[in-house]
Amino acid sequence: MINSLLWLIPLLPLLGFVINGLGRNTLSKSLVGIIGSGVILASFVLSIAMFFELGSGAQKQFTVDLFDWISAGTLYIPLSFLYDPLSAIMLLIITGVGFLIHIYSVGYMHDDAGFAKFFAYLNLFIFFMLILVLGSNYIVMFIGWEGVGLCSYLLIGFWYTNSNYASAAKKAFVMNRIGDLGFLLGVFLIFTTFGSVEFARIFPQAAAMMPGAGVITLITILLFIGACGKSAQLPLFTWLPDAMAGPTPVSALIHAATMVTAGIYMIARSSVLFDLAPDTQTVIAIVGTATALIAAIIALTQTDIKKVLAYSTVSQLGYMFLGLGVGAYTGSFFHVLTHAFFKALLFLGAGSVIHAMHHEQDMRHMGGLKAKLKTTFATMMIGTIAIAGLPPFSGFFSKDEILAHAYQENKVLWAIGLLTAFLTAFYMFRMMFLTFFGKYRGTHHAEEKVHESPSTMTLPLIVLAVLAAIGGLINIPAVFGGNEWLAHWLEGAGIKHHALTLDHATEYALMGVSVLAAVVALIFAYTRYVKNAHVPVADEAQRSALAKLSYHKFYLDEIYDAIIRKPLDAFSKFFYRIIDKKLIDGLVNGLGWTATEGSKGLRLLQSGNVGFYIFMMVFGIVALLLYTFLSIA
Amino acid sequence: MELLLLIFLPLAGAIITSFIKGGAAKISALGFALASLCVTIGLLTQFTPDATTQFAVNYPWIQQLGINFHVGIDGISMITVILTNVLMPLIILSSFKHEYKNANAFYALMLFMQSGLLLVFTALDGFLFYIGWEAALIPIYFICAMWGGKDRIKVNMKFFVYTIAGSLFMLLGIIYLYLQNPANNFDINAFYALNLDSYQQGWIFWAFFIAFAIKMPIFPFHTWQPDTYTEAPAPGTMLLSGIMLKMGIYGVIRWLLPIVPQGVNDWVCVAMILSVIGIVYASLIGFTQKDAKRLIAYSSIAHVGLIAAGIFTLNTQGMQGVMVQMLSHGINVVGLFFVLDIISSRLKTNKIDELGGLAKVAPQLAISFLIILLGTVALPGTNGFVGEFLLLYSVYSYNVWLGAIAGLTIIFGAVYMLRMYQKVMLGQTNELTITFADIKGTEKIVLYTICALVIVMGVYPKPILHISEAAVQQLLEQVNQKLTGVN
Repeated sequence: MINSLLWLIPLLPLLGFVINGLGRNTLSKSLVGIIGSGVILASFVLSIAMFFELGSGAQKQFTVDLFDWISAGTLYIPLSFLYDPLSAIMLLIITGVGFLIHIYSVGYMHDDAGFAKFFAYLNLFIFFMLILVLGSNYIVMFIGWEGVGLCSYLLIGFWYTNSNYASAAKKAFVMNRIGDLGFLLGVFLIFTTFGSVEFARIFPQAAAMMPGAGVITLITILLFIGACGKSAQLPLFTWLPDAMAGPTPVSALIHAATMVTAGIYMIARSSVLFDLAPDTQTVIAIVGTATALIAAIIALTQTDIKKVLAYSTVSQLGYMFLGLGVGAYTGSFFHVLTHAFFKALLFLGAGSVIHAMHHEQDMRHMGGLKAKLKTTFATMMIGTIAIAGLPPFSGFFSKDEILAHAYQENKVLWAIGLLTAFLTAFYMFRMMFLTFFGKYRGTHHAEEKVHESPSTMTLPLIVLAVLAAIGGLINIPAVFGGNEWLAHWLEGAGIKHHALTLDHATEYALMGVSVLAAVVALIFAYTRYVKNAHVPVADEAQRSALAKLSYHKFYLDEIYDAIIRKPLDAFSKFFYRIIDKKLIDGLVNGLGWTATEGSKGLRLLQSGNVGFYIFMMVFGIVALLLYTFLSIA
Repeated sequence: MELLLLIFLPLAGAIITSFIKGGAAKISALGFALASLCVTIGLLTQFTPDATTQFAVNYPWIQQLGINFHVGIDGISMITVILTNVLMPLIILSSFKHEYKNANAFYALMLFMQSGLLLVFTALDGFLFYIGWEAALIPIYFICAMWGGKDRIKVNMKFFVYTIAGSLFMLLGIIYLYLQNPANNFDINAFYALNLDSYQQGWIFWAFFIAFAIKMPIFPFHTWQPDTYTEAPAPGTMLLSGIMLKMGIYGVIRWLLPIVPQGVNDWVCVAMILSVIGIVYASLIGFTQKDAKRLIAYSSIAHVGLIAAGIFTLNTQGMQGVMVQMLSHGINVVGLFFVLDIISSRLKTNKIDELGGLAKVAPQLAISFLIILLGTVALPGTNGFVGEFLLLYSVYSYNVWLGAIAGLTIIFGAVYMLRMYQKVMLGQTNELTITFADIKGTEKIVLYTICALVIVMGVYPKPILHISEAAVQQLLEQVNQKLTGVN
């Protein structure tokens, strides 16, 4: 079935895109919803079936060639897919979580005029995301890579009449493209080094190379730059918080569960190369840790519920990169999986709150919602516990695995990771307490209208809550007598499992410390926001230096503006007004002027009429042509 | 003989159209352009994509001077012929919503130019090539000078003098080659066989290079271009940017590389650096342009810079990238200028700051514009990616740093194109744009055709790559053989 039907998995969402796109003005909303969600469900069912086929068979890698795409000289790029344990799991996440978010969107976007357009874009996104994870070479991966960037652009700017949203969309696309240049150069270097862009041709050759080879280090650094763009790492992460301009289901699907994890997927896919580049791994670990910490610090003071989650996503992605940097591919990928569950859940929950509050996103105007939004509250609480790393929910296992590996590699990285875990638990509970506990802080009029969301929205929340709760079970660590199923499964995709060498006592101690950190954070947050009923101060209010830095996002946007955008615009104007108009064009005109002046003496012979000259030329050409015809005749 | 039909059908069309009064002139022109397209398709079905020259015709013309009417088509010519004859009907159709004064003259000139272009792309005789070169220039001069914007006379004077000055250099080069040729003719194969020392090759390189560089244009020979594109009537801009600039690219490939490979080899790094500077320079200027038409003009300089760089890498990927990108750039730039023409014909402005919110009132225009724009910024899956990927790879393999700098185009292109899209299409409508009506009739046909080409060529570029591959490889081998022979 894999060989014969794999192409259907991406094709179905594409079909949904085409139908909903073309029929956006004619199809009824319910039909749009059914088609849009139905195609994803069908892909999901196929993905499950193939997953079991892969699991039960001996063959772990299937290559399905569709057609020759680009070939020139020695460069040959087929459009072909690779189905192996890694892509199999990615397919499940994308279509599974994707399907839930489609269902949710039926409720969330119900009153939007662009309902059909929204589903068309979502389907297109799923299509590109599936291409990204199915590509059997870096260039097909790049189709998906940039394609999801396009959909991200379209969906961030979905409400494009708002200029800020449109700007956010543009910013996301451009920042991603900075990374994409790195990716592309990395691929060029791969091709010149290995003579192919096919995974199956590259990795066996690389496996024979010495660790630390300069060319591999360069390749992996360039690929990592690509990952920094797509997965929002320092210094390219500032587009992701702005991307919250998109409708909330988009934030859940694209900017939490799937697209932003593409960078981690890509590095896991290339693990053979990254294993050979210890220097790159160090860089990745440092960048990931720094991103995790900085984003967590920013999240501490945000007042927009979606912004908290956005920075949290950046921070959690940082965790995943820390994992990759210390060689914990399984742990990292495990966190991709659990994060997809709990962060999609949290975003959808936030969407439910925003929906209930009639598009209010500021937590200062919320409070006390738990009585009115029971399902939303309960499910979000599960998500929060999961992300905070409290056992036995999913985040505990994945986060713990990354931290244990970090501890083994480098104690400083581990300590910062632990601090981040503490901050994470704090800002997440802060968000929950501000939103759901205490007294309602909005207007009385608005309070009466607050209502729980329809079942199309709460049902996905419940399913995701279950997954966020039990998702950790697929990779129970050996220390608990688990069989580390995920690690063994991924070995089928050529991803080496670097087992922990720590003794069990240390492992238990590490877990104890991180659980303790989360509990302390919970108590802190509870005291401050529930017991003392603290509410974040207004935007203009005085803040301490650190709070100011956090609240203003370390002024990164302003810094980029000053050191990149403004100088480039200045160059642009300088090139146009001075170099182009004055210098080059001045020279050209000067030459022309000299010629005219210098030839004044000859001028009497000329009429100076360009039209006349041209007429003579036409005449001459016609005469020549006539001469030809006559002579042939 | 089919080839004569191909070249002279538009000329016959020009003569007939010039006698047709009123609105029927455009119908006649479209008919002839479509007939030419059919002839092209006919040729394509008989064409074998090997390295040979096919459909060749060779008549003695002015025997005293050794001038022959020698034309033929190989894979490289085929690409440019397809480009010309696919775009011509689209450009003519795109002009249907305008009522030009003296329409018969306007359309006759367009068809006349088509013949000139086809002659350039098929000529195998130096003199004939020159005739075609000038024959393509004259009609476009008249189109711009008579139907252009308010600054047209001054701007066109510069364009005309600039390009004619360039082509005079080329004429000198051709005559010099002729004088060196013991067979006393202008035959391209005789030129290929000449044994010139590297000093002679250097001079001929520059004579040709300047002519071609002005035509494309390559930095710093480009300053005529933004003004001319901005002032020309929309079909004129499309002819200039979509097809005519490819004369320069084609010229380099056919008349520069194989004739003076040593000259190319000696000067390639200068040409390369100028091309790459042009990419970054023109892209940056695009950042702050206020007029959308001028912005696209600069973006075209950037794109052509990359194409030129691809030629001078002298490798298969680069040259094949040039082939695809000639087609893609032609199609996309015509689409972009048509979108701007639709806007300016309704709102009388192309000033970015005066527009906004068009997506709300004209969703179909917005979608078409976006698809063409994505092709221009080389999103994978669109036609722009195939060419740009191959070109960037070739520049990268020529020199890593130049490749990285040229690669900035994928970032900068996104910046200025999306900025323009945002300011023109997104945001709120204003008093001016609120009345805007969505595309209809011929506008739809043209834009949807272009959008379809953007996607089809991007998803399945193989047939196009296949047409030119053998010819490109042979040409490169020829250049390399001559190079190793000289050394």
